[in-house]
Order: sequence, then structure tokens, then C-alpha cells
Amino acid sequence: MFGKLTLDAVPYHEPIVMGTLVAVILGGLAMLAIVTKFRLWGYLWKEWFTSVDHKKIGIMYIIVALVMLLRGFSDAIMMRAQQAMAAGESAGYLPPHHFDQVFTAHGVIMIFFVAMPFITGLMNMVVPLQIGARDVAYPFLNSLSFWLFMSGVVLVMVSLFVGDFAATGWLAYPPLSGIKYSPTVGVDYYIWSLQLSGLGTTLSGINFIVTIMKMRAPGMTLMKMPVFTWTALVTNILIVAAFPILTVTLALLTADRYLDMHFFTNELGGNAMMYVNMIWIWGHPEVYILILPCFGAYSEIVATFSKKPLFGYKSMVYATSCIGVLSFVVWLHHFFTMGSGASVNAFFGITTMIISVPTGAKLFNWLFTMYRGRVEYNVPMLWTVGFMVTFVIGGVTGVLMAVPGADFVLHNSVFLIAHFHNVIIGGVVFGVFAAINYWFPKAFGFRLNEFWGKASFWCWLVGFWMAFAPLYVLGLKGMTRRMNHYANPDWQPYLIVAAMGAAVIAVGILCTLVQFYVSIRDRKKLTDPSGDPWGGRTLEWAISSPAPFYNFAIVPQIKELDQFWEDKQNGVAYVQPAKYEDIHMPRNTGVGVVMGAFGTVLGFALVWHIWWMAALGLVGMIAAFIVRAYDRDIDYWVPAAEVEKIERSRHAQLKQFQTTQVAPVAAPQRQKVA
Amino acid sequence: MSGNHSSHDAHHGVEHADHGSTKSYIVGFVLSVVLTLASFGVVMSGKVPHDLMMPGIIVFGVAQLIVQLKYFLHMGLSPSQRGNFAIMLFTLLILAIVVVGSLWVLHNMNVNMMHPTSQMVPVE
Repeated sequence: MFGKLTLDAVPYHEPIVMGTLVAVILGGLAMLAIVTKFRLWGYLWKEWFTSVDHKKIGIMYIIVALVMLLRGFSDAIMMRAQQAMAAGESAGYLPPHHFDQVFTAHGVIMIFFVAMPFITGLMNMVVPLQIGARDVAYPFLNSLSFWLFMSGVVLVMVSLFVGDFAATGWLAYPPLSGIKYSPTVGVDYYIWSLQLSGLGTTLSGINFIVTIMKMRAPGMTLMKMPVFTWTALVTNILIVAAFPILTVTLALLTADRYLDMHFFTNELGGNAMMYVNMIWIWGHPEVYILILPCFGAYSEIVATFSKKPLFGYKSMVYATSCIGVLSFVVWLHHFFTMGSGASVNAFFGITTMIISVPTGAKLFNWLFTMYRGRVEYNVPMLWTVGFMVTFVIGGVTGVLMAVPGADFVLHNSVFLIAHFHNVIIGGVVFGVFAAINYWFPKAFGFRLNEFWGKASFWCWLVGFWMAFAPLYVLGLKGMTRRMNHYANPDWQPYLIVAAMGAAVIAVGILCTLVQFYVSIRDRKKLTDPSGDPWGGRTLEWAISSPAPFYNFAIVPQIKELDQFWEDKQNGVAYVQPAKYEDIHMPRNTGVGVVMGAFGTVLGFALVWHIWWMAALGLVGMIAAFIVRAYDRDIDYWVPAAEVEKIERSRHAQLKQFQTTQVAPVAAPQRQKVA
Repeated sequence: MSGNHSSHDAHHGVEHADHGSTKSYIVGFVLSVVLTLASFGVVMSGKVPHDLMMPGIIVFGVAQLIVQLKYFLHMGLSPSQRGNFAIMLFTLLILAIVVVGSLWVLHNMNVNMMHPTSQMVPVE
């Protein structure tokens, strides 16, 4: 009846897990009580869960990513604490099997359920606004993508309390991840949560490619597209090209585990090295999927806060495209030591060094944008400068490891751990925080508090270096990754420093939470009446903050790269049109939520081999989709009169703002422009 | 999904690409069926030598892929298909990288690690 699932699946004997479970249940109940008390269920359902508005979906992605960041970071704290203790005689506080699950969950969560939703959320929030569109190409598909991603999140979280999670490392290499060496459901949770959220990611990728290719405002040729949108385009092409490889690889692993096949076993002609090969053909493009939109965000921020056009727009576009193609020919550098010959290793070593060239070109572009600019160090700009310094060092250690000979020394050492955290924290996390601070006013209509933002930045920067500089040293001393205990007492002082660094980062995360709290509390004071709080250059700053649900009352005509900036220079930025037209909008739908829920049921049932329930989940998903396909009531028109009413109040607010507040602000701004 | 799409391209003048005719769909369908039967025939008829089975399936499979691209996805060289064609080329590039790269890497590893004579190092 319930497959492999019994009451013993709940790990009663693990005090840490049980403590977390109690905390989660209490926190969850408190949350439900608050939502019920303030009668927010209807509001949440109507305005958020069923929304097909790209801005709201983007915000939901980012909120979930922030929550999952807390989960992934608590795993990090547990590992740092364990390694700070477990030297010589001491065994630390985590049993080995639990430690293995913790580092696996940390990697999986941070990449798939923190970094990916951050990126997808940002693209959702920003791309349609930057190209002058009213939504993405397929709004329902967008909502479905989000809820499929959510079902992946739910499965990962459930694995903490029912059964266990994979203890294989974040890429689940066989034979360890095969049924023989991982007989529990951990790897199955891994597989199905990634398959569900991966399906959502692929659908998002298709959605954004179509959106960017087909829905740009008239006159916006590809070479007049904002850089962030360019990076989003390349990232989504990479998603569509690379994620199917992950899907297939995991499907073959599934066949090994469920159907007794032998793709990756040593018996019957299987080859575990093929898995490593295939997962990295996806895995390397994946890191560029994460970093490219962040590069785009930095580009927008550098230009805005330097009050200059971006230096070398074209070279930025070409560098992004080059990286897009090159990212597919470097994958072997993740396994130089697996046994390839000199020619193969040399080829991939050289391609890896080549891919650092366009990235270097981008760095010079940012530096030259700042050169002779009037740089304003607001929070987004601080993150950007912090990124430039940090990321370059991460890039250099990467090129160092691109030398196969050097990699034989450093492979699987904590030097590697330090390197990729150096580029992912210094590149992606910093980029996401820069972008959140930068675009927050466009999402909510008020800026984020500067003081707590700066505090968060400094804690992250200092904490990052404290946590990972020791790992570089330890890697050179020969410490390998994923150790829950070590015998060499010389390493302990470094690991204690690293643990203190993690604590400083924790303070940084706390500062971000305080920043949100303080900003919401002071939202009146931080309000953004103009819709253009930073002196922006691209279209999203031309409309009000928060953006109206239809984005643009009149679809803008594009003649220049930085159209809005040009309009401001020519004094035609806020001209009220003579007449408005009806606007065609997609209607909200709950089908995405329903399909995501059935997807969760399907995934959970497959993990535990509950076949009737799996059938129920699959049939439910398909049935919901068929119902949707016959739904003819999927859109509506916003009458011109309503658009006019909203836009009138916007222009009235703008006039009031210009007469009352612009005088002290505008004078220095005009100087800067000159 | 088509409903969503039409609701959005109203403002953006999307050019409508060739969607084929009944005849082209029937031709594509018949060719696909024939090629599928041919693939099964290669294995199940028992008349094809064992060595030729694998190449036979690959040839018929690729032929069917091309048929479906042409008749169902309307891939071609006409100006309205230029975008699709560019994406197709990129797809082929990625496919080539994945297939050729994997074969090269795995073959190289086999040669380096599975060679029977080089593995026979005397025990003492």
C-alpha cells in the first residue's frame, strides 16, 4: 500500500533533525495562524499563487530562494562547526552518514534551489520590463514553471524529515549513487526533486527565449537590447541546450536504480565514467547559466552609478555570446584526474584558459565604465565593486587549476572548494544582492535601507574571505573535501578561522533580513515617487514604481540603446500621451498550482515506490493540463479608461514630485550629466 | 498554449511562418511510418547481417529525424525560417560536441586505463 514507506522512515533517533522538525512545525503553524488571523488566504491565492504576472512570479521565486538560502546556509554552518571540532581524538558532533547528507544537501540546495530561482526570479522581474513587453510570451507556462520548481523544493524539504537525503555529493556520481551502494531513498529524493524543478527550468528557458526574440518593443533591434536582457537570452539558450542533458543523465541513473539496468554500473557493460562525463556536459554550462545574468546586472549597475553609458556594449554582447558557446567545450576540466590522456587533458585545459578571456574583457569594460565616471557608492555599486575584486581572484585560481598538472595536485582538495565558492559567492551571490537592491524599488515602490545594506555587504565580504582564504591554504597543504574528521592537528586553526568567517557571513544574512524589516517599516520615507530612483538608463525606470500590472500603458518606440536616458536628456521622458488604448492581458489561473501539487505527489510516490499514488499524481497533472487546454477564458481587456485613470494619478504624482523634491536632487544631477 | 500566444503578439507584428499543408503532413507521416517500419525490419526480419543492424538503425533514425524536421517543424532555408535555421545549426553544434566529445573522452579513457597488457604489473 505504501511501498517502502513505513513509520521508521522518520529519523526519531537524530536529535538535530527532530529539533529542526519541531521548529519547522511550530514556525509553520505560526505562519498559518497569522495568515488565517489576518484573512490573507484569499489574497495570497488570488493575487500571488494563481498570478501569471511575471513580476509577481519573479518576486515569489526570490522569496523562496531567500528561504532556501537560510536552509542551505544552516547546512554550511553545520559543516564548518563539524570541521572546526573534528580533529584528532575528537569526532565532532555529526555522525558520518549525517555529515554526508549535509554536504550533499548544501550543494544541491545552493545551486538548484537558491542560485537558480534567484536568477530565474531576476529574469522574470526585469526582462519584460527592459524590452517594453507586458508579460512573458507564455504567462501560464511561467506560472507552471514556478510551481514545478516549488514541488522540487517541497521534496527536498520533506527528505529532511521523512527518510533521508542523498549522501553522495551534489552530483551523485555512480557507482556510489547506484542502488547497491545507496539503497535508501536519499538518491531518489535527489533525482525526483531535480527532475521536477529541472522541467520547470527548461520550460522557463523556452519561455524567455520566445519572449526576448518575439516581444521586444518596436525598434529594439538585438543590438539595442539592454545588456541584462542579452545575458538573459544567452543564459536561456544555455538552459534549453544543457538541461535536457541533465534530464537524460538522471533518467539513466533512475533506470539503473528502479529497473535494474546497468548504464553506470561495472557489470554488464555499464560505465560509471559516462555519468561523470554527461553530468558535467550539463554542469559546466550550468555555472555560466548562473553567472551570466549576474554579469548583466553588474553591467546595468555600473553604467547607472557611474552616470555613463556602458563602456564597450558590443564587446560585452560578443563576450557573452562567446562564453555561451565556449561553456560547452570545457567540461572535462572537472575530471582531469579520471584517466584521460595528455591530448584530451591538454585540449580541455586550453579551452578553459580561453574562456577566461571574454570574462576578462568584461572586467575591463566595467573598469573603463567607472573610469572618469561620477561613481556613486550606493549599495548595488558596493556589491559590484566587491564582486570585481573577489571574482578576479576566483578567476585566477580557476585558471591555475585549468593547468592539468596543477589540477592533479588540487583536484578534490579544499582549494577547489575555495575556488568555486570564490566565483559563485563572489559572482552569483554578490550579483543577486546587487540586483535585489537595485531593482527592489521597481518591484515594491520603495528603496531598501542603505545602512543595513552596507552592513550586510561588509559582513559578506569580510566573512567570505575569512571563510575561504584558509581553505585555499589548506588545499595546498593537502586537505581533501568532504571530510567529517581529520587526523592532522595543524589544520584545525585554519578551520576555526573558516568557521568564524561563516559566522560573519551569518551576521551578513541577518543584516539583510533586518534590512528588509527596516525598509518595510520605513517604506513611506524610502518611497520612490519618480519610478527612477537611481537615474536609470533602461526602459524599466520609465514607468512607475511599483510597475503597473500592465507594465507599459503605451508600448515604447525604440531608437537608441539607452532609450530612456536619451529621452530624459531630450526632455521627452515623461510626456503624457494624447489617448490610451485597451490593453490585452492574460487571466490568472490556478492550474499551475494544481499541476505542481500533483507533481509533488508524483515525485513523493516515485521516491517511496507507491505506484498507485504515482499514477494518481501523473494522471492528475495530465488531467489538469487538459482542463487548461479547453479553458477559453484565459485573457481579458483592460479598458482604456482604467489605464488612463492609473496613468493620470502616476503623472500627477510625478508633477508633485518634480515641483516639491526635484530641486535639491536635480541640480547636482545636471552637473553630473554635463 | 496557442491562446496565450495569440493574446500577446497582437502588438508586435509577429510574421507567421509557413505551417505546411495537409499534403506535406501526410507525406511526412507516411515517410515516418515507412522509416520506423524499416528500422524494426532491420532487427526483426532476421535477413540483415548482425554487423549491419546498428548502422542500419542509426541511418533510418537520422533519416526520420530529417523528415520530421522538414515536414513537421518546417525547417528550411527560406528567409522566414532563418531564425529557426540558426537555432537548428546551434543545436547541431551542441549535439556534435556532446556526441563526438563523449566518444573521444570515453575512448581515450578506455585506451589509457583498460589496456590489458599495461595493467599486468607484477605483484611483487
